[in-house]
Amino acid sequence: MSVLVFVEAEAGKIKKTSLEAVSYGKLIDQGDVTAIALGTVEESELKSLGSSGASNVMHVADDRLNKGVINAYASAIAEAYEKVGAKTLVLATSSLGSPVSARVAVKVGASLVSNVVELPDTSDGFKVKRSIYTGKAFAIVDVKSENKILALKKNAVPISEDGSEASVESFTPSLSDEDFGVTITNQEKATGDVLLPEADIVVSGGRGLKGPENWNVVENLAKSLGAATGCSKPVSDMDWRPHHEHVGQTGVKVSPSLYVAVGISGAIQHLAGVNSSKYIVVINKDPEAPFFKAADYGIVGDAFEVLPKLTEAVEAAK
Amino acid sequence: MKILVCITHVPDTTSKISFTDDNTKFDSSGVQYIIGPYDDYSLARAVELKESHGAQITVLNVGEADTEPTIRKALAIGADDAIRVNAFPSDSFFVAEQIANIAKENNYDLILMGRESIDFNGGMVHGMVGQLLNLPSIAPVMTLEIDGDTAKMTREIEGGKEYVEAKLPLVLGCQEPIAEWKIPNMRGIMSARTKPLNVVEPVSDGMQTETQKYELPPAKGEVKMIDADNVSELVDLLKNDAKVI
Ligand SMILES: Cc1cc2nc3c(=O)[nH]c(=O)nc-3n(C[C@H](O)[C@H](O)[C@H](O)COP(=O)(O)OP(=O)(O)OC[C@H]3O[C@@H](n4cnc5c(N)ncnc54)[C@H](O)[C@@H]3O)c2cc1C
Ligand SMILES: Nc1ncnc2c1ncn2[C@@H]1O[C@H](COP(=O)(O)O)[C@@H](O)[C@H]1O
Repeated sequence: MSVLVFVEAEAGKIKKTSLEAVSYGKLIDQGDVTAIALGTVEESELKSLGSSGASNVMHVADDRLNKGVINAYASAIAEAYEKVGAKTLVLATSSLGSPVSARVAVKVGASLVSNVVELPDTSDGFKVKRSIYTGKAFAIVDVKSENKILALKKNAVPISEDGSEASVESFTPSLSDEDFGVTITNQEKATGDVLLPEADIVVSGGRGLKGPENWNVVENLAKSLGAATGCSKPVSDMDWRPHHEHVGQTGVKVSPSLYVAVGISGAIQHLAGVNSSKYIVVINKDPEAPFFKAADYGIVGDAFEVLPKLTEAVEAAK
Repeated sequence: MKILVCITHVPDTTSKISFTDDNTKFDSSGVQYIIGPYDDYSLARAVELKESHGAQITVLNVGEADTEPTIRKALAIGADDAIRVNAFPSDSFFVAEQIANIAKENNYDLILMGRESIDFNGGMVHGMVGQLLNLPSIAPVMTLEIDGDTAKMTREIEGGKEYVEAKLPLVLGCQEPIAEWKIPNMRGIMSARTKPLNVVEPVSDGMQTETQKYELPPAKGEVKMIDADNVSELVDLLKNDAKVI
């Protein structure tokens, strides 16, 4: 068995979820793990994948892949998979990884399982546990074919950090014009912020904050916690906050170690996006708000009074 | 323009999820079924495109006979006809093969799906169908405009979005804010009864994965309430008990 891991970089840094994927790859196969990275990434970053368990890194240093062209990514990864004779591809679930992995699965004839939450059970066959019903349940799936693709949910395994440097080789897949039939004309991205799906701490605001002009109380707390900001669906529907911050059933599913919900009632569709958080803090002025039932810690109070005090207390405890 | 909209038949988002038969079967007692919310967005955008550009909309579901009320609802919202592939959708690749098989015979300009189903949340079928048909697949698509034979879209990426262009035909996995959900009106509901709903048999039965058992997450412990005048207690708990800050 041989494992290939697809890794993604964000602002020049390998994503934490990709380091989890490399660590996962090493844990399911003590042999050589090869990683593949596409687009411009610093060689030193790629070498550092060794610490999580990669022996080799195949680097496709093609400028056209600096943006996530789904078809081209799928072709390049499928070619690498065949080249290294891999039997398993591991990657992190993401807005790019997920659509790419589905195409690779068909190209290489692999079974694909997404939202994998822990290491497989190989005592009898190859059984993986995946999150279903938007985090409300799990399924144990028996993967039948020899070729497998596992797309991991965040926190499936801790990041290993004890390996040595990986060797980096350049890889030139044969990409056709057809692979670039979809053109990405422009990207708009929040820069410098902690990305919501990757964040370890998330502070989210709901309709209880009354308007976009009041978001500074949320942002200040997020800043002092080093957190990403999120919101409920009505908040993004009303354009108080951008759509990519919307958490829940129809938005981003987060798995942080701490989720702080402010002025959010806790509708089941919102909870669906946060139920894999390790700890949940709820701040709401209504003691009957359903969110308290899903919380570890709760404060009944007015967001505009509690948040500044809380931010101050966080700063004081640093 | 010919549009295929692929819909799932899934438990309402407020459903309590539980299992029977020693955790091997989903317990559907008392569960309301709906069109998958993401599929519902795709359908709504298809209906808008029909109004603005003219289109023939076919809805497709891979499912057993109990999904027909959900399919009729899609017809009531504005699809012109429907196909049901008569099989239980237990594996994404199996579903993708069925959809690709129907698509091969029909030359759709657009194949619209949801970004993911809300039962198994695979987010895989659109990519698989794209590859099976050798067409580009794009997801998650937030907006879609059609200009002649070109589609202009925005795709959500972590922390933002990107602007994407491609020539039809395409396979798209859609999400909000591509359109607002549509509620069927009386006329739609009446006409849905007589619109064609063709049932076809599946083309293969090759399953790559098999779900053996389900599990529910462990129950959440009691919430600890903290006085609003004593927020430093919360910081202390997060720091020293939970160890998350
Ligand atoms: C198919 C479907 C999918 C959906 N998907 C999502 C989704 O992905 N994400 C999502 O969030 N929703 C989703 N929803 C909507 C969901 O049902 C709720 O309507 C929504 O989550 C409510 O948002 P909210 O909590 O911000 O607003 P509200 O329900 O209006 O709650 C506001 C809360 O703020 C509190 N509050 C008011 N003032 C203050 C104050 N000064 N200080 C502190 N607290 C205050 C109130 O007590 C209240 O609890 C979906 C709905 C459907 C039908
Ligand atoms: N049984 C099915 N019948 C028709 N379309 C489906 C079916 N399952 C999935 N799809 C489509 O594929 C999309 C992605 O599904 P999934 O890969 O299961 O998350 C859904 O939003 C639907 O548009």
